[in-house]
Amino acid sequence: MKTKTLGNKILLVLILIILVALAAAMLFPFIWMVLGSFKPKDELFAVPMSLLPVRWKPSNYSDVFIKIPFAKYYVNTAKVAIFSTLGQVITCSLSAYAFAKLQFKGRDALFMLYLATMMIPYQVTMIPQYELIRNMGLLDSHLGLILLHCFSPFGVFLLRQFMLSIPDSFVEAARIEGASDTTILTRIVLPLSTSALATLVTLKFLDSWNDYTAPMIMLSSKMKYTLQLGLRTFQQEFGVEYTLILAGTTMSLIPILIIYIFAQNYFIEGIAAGGVKG
Amino acid sequence: MMQRKKSTSAYMRSQRKTALFFLLPNLIGFLLFVVYPVFRAALISLTNWNGFKQMDFVGFYNYGALFSDSTFRISLNNTLLYTIVTVPLSIAFGILMALLMNMKLPGIKVFRTIYFLPQITSMIAIGLVWSLVLAKYGPLNQILIALGNTNPPKWISSTKYALTSVEIVSIWRSMGYNAIILLAGLQGIDAVLYEAAKLDGANAFQSFLHVTIPMLSPTIFFCLVTQMISSFKVFDIIIAMTQGGPGRATNVLAYFVYNKSFVDSRFGYASAAAFIMFAIIMVFTAIQFRGQKKWVNY
Repeated sequence: MKTKTLGNKILLVLILIILVALAAAMLFPFIWMVLGSFKPKDELFAVPMSLLPVRWKPSNYSDVFIKIPFAKYYVNTAKVAIFSTLGQVITCSLSAYAFAKLQFKGRDALFMLYLATMMIPYQVTMIPQYELIRNMGLLDSHLGLILLHCFSPFGVFLLRQFMLSIPDSFVEAARIEGASDTTILTRIVLPLSTSALATLVTLKFLDSWNDYTAPMIMLSSKMKYTLQLGLRTFQQEFGVEYTLILAGTTMSLIPILIIYIFAQNYFIEGIAAGGVKG
Repeated sequence: MMQRKKSTSAYMRSQRKTALFFLLPNLIGFLLFVVYPVFRAALISLTNWNGFKQMDFVGFYNYGALFSDSTFRISLNNTLLYTIVTVPLSIAFGILMALLMNMKLPGIKVFRTIYFLPQITSMIAIGLVWSLVLAKYGPLNQILIALGNTNPPKWISSTKYALTSVEIVSIWRSMGYNAIILLAGLQGIDAVLYEAAKLDGANAFQSFLHVTIPMLSPTIFFCLVTQMISSFKVFDIIIAMTQGGPGRATNVLAYFVYNKSFVDSRFGYASAAAFIMFAIIMVFTAIQFRGQKKWVNY
């Protein structure tokens, strides 16, 4: 019996060591990034390395704003992310309601079509999308980007699955009372779907904030760049200003980190569900 | 009776109208930006379109030309290699993480938060930071030197280690994602099964092999399919870390498509490559779904 508890204790210590080691591996690049962003340039790759800056240089942060229109990138990214998310929530909840609570011919076939398209890689559709946006005269505009982000089969899928779990009797009862479908959607179904909506909102906001490929293809003037595009261009142009790159990257992560800390469960559930999307 | 039938069909008609009205906003966007582009891309892949006026029908010429294009072959090869290395390893580490997180320890949720952190971070940010972590005198090499490795790899600047570098970062990022999904699977396993295994005299390893793995197999299958699809599409991390280089060492399919279209303006050729990519994803997914009968336990 005694050896068993000793064995258990050793096992527990071993488990804790692995848990902490993995956590350290996950956190190390982030910690190194933040501390590096406060170092003078010549200290970043100094031998032997020191994790903490010897001389703190917070001016790296203000220098980023001098070198590139970083504040503008922030505003652009927030604008695109907010409107894309809003557009998705509106179009997807309307469609999801039709798929989950209305009867019409070809409903299931149409839904299958939505599902089937989730497997198509972006590389197939990006060229015609670029052509479409160009023909609409929306190249190099945020509106073009927002339009592209507004319609995802995934959002329809996520909300529809959730709405199916709301009993039809709720909807029927409201119909007998004479409520229109718009009222039923906004007064009954959506208030009951808040957790699915929150998942969709966090996920879409994150997707759009972190998106690189679409802005790269669609935007050409620097003042319209989003954060990811701006950071990448910064690296191309000022490749040796490593500490500034670290400062810029740190700043680009702050909003997402704050949301993550407060809405962790929605993020985790959303991304776990988003696995279908790839 | 007749009356009732009539009113039902009127009711159905009104539902159909409402449905159309509700579907329309998303449907227009879906047809325009998702469905139409697939057909348009198929057409473009049969032409020599350069993005502007020039657009002659060339039949399947692009598809044939791709297979004699050494860069395409290398990018196909790299994509397959990348998939073969990253998918099993990120799932194996994911299982390990999930098992650890399934322990009933105080504060275990903190680890979940930390393990999932790379998943919410943009690939560009991760790529920028990691390419500095992997620099010649970056922290990783300094640790290796401190551990006695006198000649650490040059990582992303060497042809030999560039793909490995990208693979390491990719596994680092995705294992927490797999772990979260696998953890949900683990928590769904009935404790009675472990009790029964114990009564039959199974040790911890045996019950892992004969209870955990079979019961977790549908979740593992899900991770396998989704990870494989996303690894065939790898792009952002390549742009941020290596831009396909050095030379063509980390050129992958998605990067090839991007390069041929928006850099070289060979949109027809690029579309053909994109369709081959699509076909590969479908074939591999179909193989997975066929193979699941042999090992997935529903």
